[in-house]
Order: sequence, then C-alpha cells, then structure tokens
Amino acid sequence: MQRTLTIAKREFRGYFNSPAAYIVICLFLLMMGFFFWNPFFLINRASVRNMYDLMAILLLPTAPALTMGLLAEEKRQGTIEILLTMPVRDTEVILGKYLAAFGLLTVLLTLTLAYPISVSTLGNLDWGPVWAGYLALLLEGGAMLALGVLASSWTDNQLIAFFTSGMICFIFWVVSRFLPFIPQQAASVVEWLSFDYHFQDIVRGVVDSRHIIYFLTVIGFSLALAFRSLESRRWS
Amino acid sequence: MNDVMIEAQNLVKRYDDFTAIDNVSMKVRRGEVLGFLGPNGAGKSTTMKILTCFTSPTEGSAKVNGCDITTDSLGVRASLGYLPESTALYTDMLVLEYLQFAAELRGLTGGDIKKRLKAVVEETGLGDVIAKQIRALSKGYKQRVGLAQSLIHEPPILILDEPMSGLDPNQAVEIRDLIKDIGRERTVILSTHNLAEVQVACNRVLIISKGRIVADDTPEGLRDRAGKAHYSLTLQKQGDDGFAKQAEAALKNLPGVEAARLTEDEAGELTYEVIPRGNDDLRPVLFKTAVDKGYTLLGLKREGQNLEEVFRELTTGPAVTPTNTKAAA
Repeated sequence: MQRTLTIAKREFRGYFNSPAAYIVICLFLLMMGFFFWNPFFLINRASVRNMYDLMAILLLPTAPALTMGLLAEEKRQGTIEILLTMPVRDTEVILGKYLAAFGLLTVLLTLTLAYPISVSTLGNLDWGPVWAGYLALLLEGGAMLALGVLASSWTDNQLIAFFTSGMICFIFWVVSRFLPFIPQQAASVVEWLSFDYHFQDIVRGVVDSRHIIYFLTVIGFSLALAFRSLESRRWS
Repeated sequence: MNDVMIEAQNLVKRYDDFTAIDNVSMKVRRGEVLGFLGPNGAGKSTTMKILTCFTSPTEGSAKVNGCDITTDSLGVRASLGYLPESTALYTDMLVLEYLQFAAELRGLTGGDIKKRLKAVVEETGLGDVIAKQIRALSKGYKQRVGLAQSLIHEPPILILDEPMSGLDPNQAVEIRDLIKDIGRERTVILSTHNLAEVQVACNRVLIISKGRIVADDTPEGLRDRAGKAHYSLTLQKQGDDGFAKQAEAALKNLPGVEAARLTEDEAGELTYEVIPRGNDDLRPVLFKTAVDKGYTLLGLKREGQNLEEVFRELTTGPAVTPTNTKAAA
C-alpha cells in the first residue's frame, strides 16, 4: 500500500512538473465556462442541471489526456525498467498510477464547484442534487480513467493510447443514444452497459448501489486487464 | 555459509522465432565483479532482464540471493540494484526527488532515507547537482544518478547494463573506479563491449556470443589462453643481402627461441618476429645478442595477444561450448 501511494504521489506531482496538467485543466474550465454561461441566462433559473451532461462530454477527451502517458510514456522512455525491477507488484504500479489520475480528476472537479457556488449566489440552489451530480461525475470519470490506463498499457505511443481510450469512452457514452435502433432484447443489455443510463439516474438523485457497483465494476475490470497487459511483457 | 549469490541454470529465452539466449548457466559468488562481455545483440541485456525479473525465461531457472526468479520475484528484486542499458530516469524530477522516490519504493523510511541519501550522494559525487532537474544533467551525471538509485538500499548484488557506454573517457574512468569501489563489498555483474574496462574493473569475465556462453575465465586467464607472448625485433640493415639471413639464423639459434622469421624489410630496417619456447622474458637475451654480434638495435617489443583478439576470435567463429568450464563445475 505504501508503495502504491509512493507511485501515486510521484505521478500526481509529475502532472504539475510539466505544462500538461495546467493546459488540460485550463481548457476544461474555459470550455466549461463558455458552454455553461451561454444558455444559462436564457433559461433564467438557478439550476446547474445541464452542467453535469456538459462535464461528462468534456471528460471524454480530458480523461484520456490524463491517462495516455501513464504507462505508454514509461515504456517509450524505458523508465518502466527501473520501476518494475524495484520490489513493487505490478498491481501496485497500476493502482498507483490510477490513483494519481483520479486525484487530478478530483482537483479538476473541485475547481468546477465555482459554478454551483456562483449560481447559489444568484438564486436558491438545492445542494442535494449537486452532490449527487458530482458523485456521478466522479464515478463516470473514474471509469473513463481506468479505461485510459488500460489503453495506455497496450502501447508505447501516447497518441495511440489517447485515441484508443477516447474511442472506447465515447462508445460507452454514446451507445445509449442509439437504443431505438437496437433490437428490443439487446437494447436493455446495451442500455445497462452504457455510461449514461447509470449516470443520469445518479444525477437525478437515484444513488442506487446498482449504479455505483456498475462503475466500480468497469474500473476494476479495466485495471485488472491493464495489470494482465503489463504482466504479459514477461512472456512475450 | 553459501556464498553463491547468483545461480542461473540453462536459461533460454525465445521470442517467436528468435532465440535471444540459449542455455546460459552461470554462478556468481559473493564479492565477484563479473564482466559480461559480448557483441551487441549477443544476449547480455536479455540475461540481465531475466535476472532482474523484468522478463521471464522461456526455459531454465535462476536464483538470486537464494530467491527463485519465478516464485519469489519480490525477494529477488529486493536484493539487487539494477541500472538498465537505457539509464532511463524520470527526467522531470529533481535528482533529490528521484532518489527519494527510489528509496521509498525500496521500502526505506524516515531517518534511513536521509542517511542513505547522504551516503549515495557522497559515494556517487552528486552533491553539486542534487537540486537540478534530471533532464538538465549531462550523460555522465545521469549515469551517476542511475547508479545512486541502484545503491540506495545497499543491495548485496548489483546488475549494471553497460554502465560506461556513451560516456567520454574521463567520465568512463570515474564511473569505472566507482564500480570498482562498490565491487569490494558487493557482487557486481556488469555488461560491456569495452575490453579495457573489463581488464581494469572485473575479476572474472564471461563472454557471450549468439546467446551462448563461449568463455568463462579471469581476464588474465583469457589473455594466457590467447597464446604466448612474442617479440618483435627491429635491426638496422648492415652490408649486403646476406645480413638478413645471417641475423635470422643467429636469432633462431638462441636458447629459448622456438622460431624467428623476417617479417618486414623496409628502408634499411629489418623486423623479425621471435616466438619464445617458454614463458621467460626473452628481451635481455635478445638485447645482449644484438650487442655481441654488433647489430644496431632499433626496436624491441614484447607483444601479447590482447583481449580484443581473443574476443574477436571467440565471438565471430561458430558458437562453441566453453573450453574452460571452471564456473560450470
């Protein structure tokens, strides 16, 4: 556990050692600002209801950008050789890196609290649904990051990792919008597999354990596959 | 007390249709500095990656400090320090941060970290750059950071993959001396294709070629094996053409001389190659003979076959089984 945290700490600091994290955070907040305030006064209601959908969309490129280098860059640079010949388990490496990305996601989401806070000064804001919304974002974002770590474990090219995980996340997100075109029997399965089905429920305030378990399963499954992929180097 | 620190048995590593190492066995004892020598692509790095548990062998087994590389990989990794060929470090970190990170991953805590940091920084001469970003360091300093990282937990075994490649001669000498110092208390395996380094730093040499071990000996032993020393003698030409024959005959008749022949006749200088019969130094005899016969001696050199030639001979021919099986016994 201590080693997992050591790795997480290094990765997290690493984000801020280069301009990458700042650029990602700035872009996210800029786009968010634009798309949030644009329709806000048209609706003329002290609600942040559409903020969560917006953030979920913005996370589609953001999460892969945060995870693309985690393993791919270590492989390209060769730094992974020293790391993996230290007495650390492969699981600790994967988990540590995931935690670092998750930490940055938390920072990012915390910064966006500026929106509900400023809205609450304009009118009466109900904070209950806000927390539910943020929980949904943390879970969905967490799942995206786990898929990103997985994609990063497959290649030594950051760009390929970015597009691979971006595509997988996009499919998970978009598939619920195609339900009408899918045969009835399959539709319910596909709907259950999609991010949005669970996301929307939580945002609506239905913080059901089924939804939480769904996201945790995606995270666990992705990280387990990433572990397998990292381990496979020994046998190739 | 068992002092075999590394024991590899019949290691084989195959990649699809390419065999990187083929039946590599070795024993390395405590306090040995083993030079692992071979041309590029011979399997040095692969062997090291197997011993450090970065990759697994297709066949065979190995024990490092008593831990099996497949069943107790954490134990193996805890007992060794490793410097990979690429010396790839996290370039965005400060030297101090990086070493701290390595120490923490090695399981050191609090006061121990400080103590060991201080010790390795001193040992590797990193004091001046401790607060610099690794990307800003020269290759030599990066190499030192890599070494410092491998030493931070005082491992009994060090595995260094080409620690001196890419350094300028001064840096190479510094690193070599450093490794020599380190090797006094630890078991070190270092790979290289520079023979001079092996002669200075190592007390045992393993030559690997095309995935097989072709020699296992001391640097001196290797040189002896390469053949006896011979002498090159240059005389000034005197008189007519008969002189060359005359001098050759005189040399041949000396006690302790197996053969002598004229190898060069140029610009009034005659160069002979003299092969000795025993191991005694023939130079005094050759000099006295020249003086007695009234020859003008222009040059006298004793030449041993050097390691380069041995290396070339062993690694360019077809793969052969070790002729000296001292370590395999």
